[in-house]
This record gives sequence, C-alpha cells and structure tokens, in this order.
Amino acid sequence: MPTDKTTLGFWLYIMSDCVLFASLFATFAVLRGSEDIFSLPFVFVQTLALLISSFTVGLAFVTKKQNTFLILTLLLGLGFLGLEVYEFKNLMLEGFGPSHSAYLSSFFALVGTHGLHVAAGCLWMLVMLVTQRFYQLQRLVLFWHFLDIIWIFIFTFVYLFGII
Amino acid sequence: MSLFGLLTPQAFIHGPIETGAQIIVIVAVLVTVLAITYLGRWRWLWQQWLTSLDPKRIGIMYILLSFVMFGRGFVDALMMKSQQALAVGAPGYISPDHFAQLFTAHGVIMIFFAAMAFMFGIINLVLPLQLGSKDVAFPLLNSISFWLTATGALLLNLSLVVGQFAATGWLAYPPLSELAYSPGVGVDYYIWALQIAGIGTLLSGINFLTTIATMRGHLRLMQMPMFTWTTLGSMLLVIFAFPILTVTLALLALDRTLGFHFFTTDLGGNAMMYVNLIWAWGHPEVYILVLPAFGIFSEVVATFSQKKLFGYTSMVVATMLIVVLSFMVWVHHFFTMGAGADVNAFFGIMTMAIAIPTGVKVFNWLFTMFRGRIIFATPMLWFIGFLTTFTIGGMTGVLMSIPAADFQLHNSLFLVAHFHNMIIGGVVFGFFAGFTYWFPKFTGIMLNERWGKAAFWAWIVGFLMAFMPLYALGLMGVTRRLDHIDVASGLYTQPWAHWLFDIAAAGAAVIALAVLFQIIQIIVSIWNKHKHHVGENPWRSQGPEWQEPAEPLHERSARGVAIGAVAALFGFGLIWHIWWLAALALIGILLSLITLPKPEYAD
Repeated sequence: MPTDKTTLGFWLYIMSDCVLFASLFATFAVLRGSEDIFSLPFVFVQTLALLISSFTVGLAFVTKKQNTFLILTLLLGLGFLGLEVYEFKNLMLEGFGPSHSAYLSSFFALVGTHGLHVAAGCLWMLVMLVTQRFYQLQRLVLFWHFLDIIWIFIFTFVYLFGII
Repeated sequence: MSLFGLLTPQAFIHGPIETGAQIIVIVAVLVTVLAITYLGRWRWLWQQWLTSLDPKRIGIMYILLSFVMFGRGFVDALMMKSQQALAVGAPGYISPDHFAQLFTAHGVIMIFFAAMAFMFGIINLVLPLQLGSKDVAFPLLNSISFWLTATGALLLNLSLVVGQFAATGWLAYPPLSELAYSPGVGVDYYIWALQIAGIGTLLSGINFLTTIATMRGHLRLMQMPMFTWTTLGSMLLVIFAFPILTVTLALLALDRTLGFHFFTTDLGGNAMMYVNLIWAWGHPEVYILVLPAFGIFSEVVATFSQKKLFGYTSMVVATMLIVVLSFMVWVHHFFTMGAGADVNAFFGIMTMAIAIPTGVKVFNWLFTMFRGRIIFATPMLWFIGFLTTFTIGGMTGVLMSIPAADFQLHNSLFLVAHFHNMIIGGVVFGFFAGFTYWFPKFTGIMLNERWGKAAFWAWIVGFLMAFMPLYALGLMGVTRRLDHIDVASGLYTQPWAHWLFDIAAAGAAVIALAVLFQIIQIIVSIWNKHKHHVGENPWRSQGPEWQEPAEPLHERSARGVAIGAVAALFGFGLIWHIWWLAALALIGILLSLITLPKPEYAD
C-alpha cells in the first residue's frame, strides 16, 4: 500500500472512477441494441494510438527524456481524441446520434466519458509541459494506464461485441 | 435562444403559499447580511470561518449548515403533516403540485443536507483528534468539499425564489422526472444541487479515508476507536457508492438537456435502469449515514456505562460486514419491479442477512450496559431511545424484506414509518447524542442537561406519535405521498383512520416543541457559559480524543469559497440553460484548479 497520502488519495480517486465506468458499462449492457455502424479498422487505429501512448508515457517515466516522451504522449492522446470526434461527428451526420436510441445514448455516454478523461489527461500534460506545475509523473502514468485499461474494455465490449 | 436561457420574470411569480416561502428566504438573507454588516463582522467571518482550513471550524460550519437545512426540511414536514390531517375527505390548504414539491424537498434536504452535513461536521471535529493528528490529509480539499455541499444547499433553496423544485419524490424516478412529464426546471435544480453536493461528498470520502490510512501515527487498526472504524466503513461506502449517483444524475441530465434516451418511455429507454442505479447508490447511502451514528453510540454507551465497549472485535467485523452487504440488497426497494422469484428471493435473504451484523451490534451495546454503572446523561438517553426505536424499525424492515409481504406494503405509509424509524431513531438520535457528547470538548461548555432531557423526552414521544400511526395506516392500505384522502376511498368511512392522521400531526407538533427545547438548550448553555463551564473531559471518557487539548489551526485559503461560488454559477447556468454562464464557470473552475497553490498537489 502506498504510504504517502497524495498517492493513496489518487489511488482512491481511480477506484471511484472505476465504479463510475462500471455504472456506465452496466447501463450500456442493459440498453444494448444491434446496429452495424462501427468500422473496426478505424477503431483499431484509435486503439493503437492509445496503446502506443501508454508505452510512451511509460518511457517518460523511466528515461531521462521526459519532455520528449510527454510531448509524444500528448500528441498521441490528441490524435486519439481527434479520431473520436471524427467518429462521433460522422455517426451524428448519418443519423446515429445519441438521440437515435437508448443504445446509442449509452454508447455516446460511455465512450464520451472516456474521451473526456483522455481530454483531462491531455490538459494535465499540457499544464505540466508549459508551467511545470502538477509535475507528478507517477500519478499521470497511473491515470493514463487506467484510461488505457478502460479503453480495452470499451474496445472489447462495445466495438468487438458490437460487430459480432 | 435568449441571453438568459429559460429564465424569465415569470420564474419569480408563485402561488400564495410559495410566495410566503419566497419572501421568508429573501428576508432571512437580507436580515443576515444586515446583521453581519451592523455588527461589523464581515472580516471576522471571512478570515476566521469562511476561508478557514481548520477541520474543527469546517466541522462547525457543516453543523450550522445542517441546522439551517434541518429547519427547512422540518417546516416541509410540518406542512405535510398538517395538510394530511386536514385533507381526509377534504382538499386541505396545499395544492397537489406544491405538496409534491414539499415531499421531494423534504426527503432531499433531510438526507443530503441535514443528515450528511451533520455527519461530516462530526467527522471533521472528532476524527482527526481520535487519530491523534491535528489535521486531515488534504485540508484545502476539505474546504472545497464543504463549499460544494453548501453550493448544493444554496441551489436547492434558490428554487424557492426562482422557479420551482422537483415534484417527483426524493429520488426523481423517471419517466416522471423526464422532460416530457416534468417540463419545468424543478428536476434540473434537483439534478445539479445533488450533483455538486455529491462531488463534494465523494472528495470528502477520499480525504477522510486517506486520513485514517496515513495519519494515525502508531495507532494500529485494531486499536482505533469505534467511531473511527465506522467512519472508515462509511467513507469506503462513499467512495464506492457516490460515483454511481454521479453517473445516474448525469444520465438523467443528458436525457433532459440533450435529448438522450436512457430512461425515456420511447426508443428503448429503460426507466427501471435508473431505479436500479439510484438504489445501488441509495441503499449504501443509508449505511453511510447510520454507520458513523453506530460509532457515536459505541463511544457513548461505553462512557456512560463506565465500562469498556463489549466485543470490540466483533463490532469491527460487524461494521465491515455491513459495508459489504449493503451493496447486495438494493433490489428490496423495488421487489414489485418483476425481477422474478429467484432474484427477489436472493435480495430478500441478503436483506435479512444484513440484520445479523446489526443485531450483533445491538447485543454488544446491551452487554456493554450489562452490570455497568450507568449514568443517565443526555447522550445516554439518546442512546437508549435509539436502541428501542431502532430495534422496532429493524424488525419492520426484516418484515418487509420478505418479497411477498413487500408486495402488499410497497409504497405504503408502513414503509414511510419504517424508514423514519431507522433514520430518526438511528441517524438523527445518533448525531444528537454525538453533538451533546462532544460539545464540551470543543467549547468548554456543557450543554444544559435539564433542557437536553426535556428535549429528548419530547422528541421520543413526538416521534412515536408521529410515526407509529403510519404503520397502522400503511397496513390499512394508505399509500405514501397522498396530498388528500379521497371521500370515495374506504378509509374515509373509518372514523379512527382520521384520528390516526390527527395523532401523527400532533406528534409532529410535539417534535416541534422538542426542537424548540433544543434551541433553548443551546442558548441557555451559551448564555450562562460560566455556570456551564467544565474542564477538558467532563464525562471522564477513556476515548483518545479527550486526552489532548484541541489546538486551533490558522491555515486559510479562499480557494474553497471561490470554487463553491463558481460551481453555483455553473449549476445555475445549466439549470436555466444559460450556456454562456455555464461555459464561463467551467473555465473558471478549471483555471482555479490549474492555479492551485503549490503545497496542495506536491508531496
């Protein structure tokens, strides 16, 4: 168990965030429908971007070139977000927006909440790089890996199962 | 889309009774502001209280907030009780819509702002001292939590002045709470008041759990006082339960504001999903409130029986069992959903099972009293009142845990009697006991025992009068939340049914008398403070919090007030669809977080 209080507090926050996502996953599972609207190759690129960013944020933690890898992570995170916005926009333009059905409501809420978290992580890195404030690499890595794990669940339960 | 969203001058115009409430709120605020200005106390208030990071001062502010909100919730209760007494076979004096707002506001206020704020007040005051630490793990976060709670209370009361409150019941079940059936801003006030206060509560949970885990010095887990243990259990529940509330309210907000379809009646929405989610939070919430009360009673019964607490280890185990089991019983709130016999049987059995650790606690308290030299001081009276009423409530709860019985009693006044039995007999009496017990620790003044005992007896008599008749009425088939009893109903022909409503209303009046006694008690004690002055440990308690003097801390930060104020604007903007205001406020919150002073985020 971490002994310093800020790290423990951060773990507790992550735990509460787990419950938050669990509730959203449960909602998604209950309201799930079947629409063939996802493009798996597209989501694969998104997944790769996030997975590689998890690797680079790890490198930022263990190597001396912190800032280089942080910038790389930030760019990958922003790329991921850009792809997500593009996907959401296209879905809405094709008439599959969140108001279309309960299924899509739960899809946008779950994936969108993850996206908001990634955006918060990007903002955190930006603040770190620009102002040197909140320079807590260990906690950032923890947060970023956590978002990665959540994404793997989203990729599996939302996209893969959605295709099947 | 106008500059002020949905806000029009029409929002300030209400019916006659609501206008009365509106004027009372405005006058109360004006009188407070003028009084502080007249006394020249703004600087003192700002420096000593509003910006203080001392958990003792934050705790006292929580308790004052709780008292104010308790007053408002109690007025709602008096209005409901009098309406029901007057409205058997008659329309009464309150319109159905206003009545619905009353019972909604009453439930929300009493749970979220009267009980929760009282609980966090006592935890703030006592927990650090019991751990032998001066402060909590994150002092500024503590202040932010308080101000988010206060912001929630502010938004809720603002609904008296601008617009209206939800008329949906305290958990705002859809589809009634959806835009199609509640088109006003009432439900939006509900959502954002609770969302903001709920985030404050979640942050408090993280704060106090971290405090217990990292700041207890050489104190080992199994040496911690019972109140610390039950607070630990309660805060664990906060961390696991409140995110569910956050999600549930957010989904309802998405439905209402952006046209999502989670809980609507069309396009695949599922209202029962909301009911499941909100009770997955709601049932643990009951234990979040009652566990610290159990801890207080454990301290009180040991001190006033002049013995060590009986069965400390089993108390700890029982507390942790309650923490685990409280997440496995939520379906008992809606056995009538139609989940099927197997699911209902599972949740019925789990509900009965949770009575076991609670029963262990009751027997431990009884054995602590056994052969003790009992001192019948006011805190001990609250304890004995709790033990009897809470046991009655517990038994009616186990009765309703049988799904077949619940089908009959669901949503009846029997249920209303049951949960008031638990919340008043358990939580409220517990906090009163703790308040009286620890008052001398923080003020050096003993609360007047004569008035305290008078208040206790008036409370217990009033409570029994107000709620025991509801068990009978519930069995006779009266459902909850009725603004009047129809002439056509069979009940009208039973003359004594009418008396039961009258007794319940008279009981509420007796409780009003009890509250008056409590106000007199506090005033008399402070007025004659020399007569009531006592030493550091007047009860001769063995608890660690009594052994060391509590030193004031002088750290200050205006950040909590600022974030609370901006959060209020954020909520107001979302409630009234004033998007520019909400967006600006959101940027303000982000900026105030990014510019946090250094010690708060550094190790």
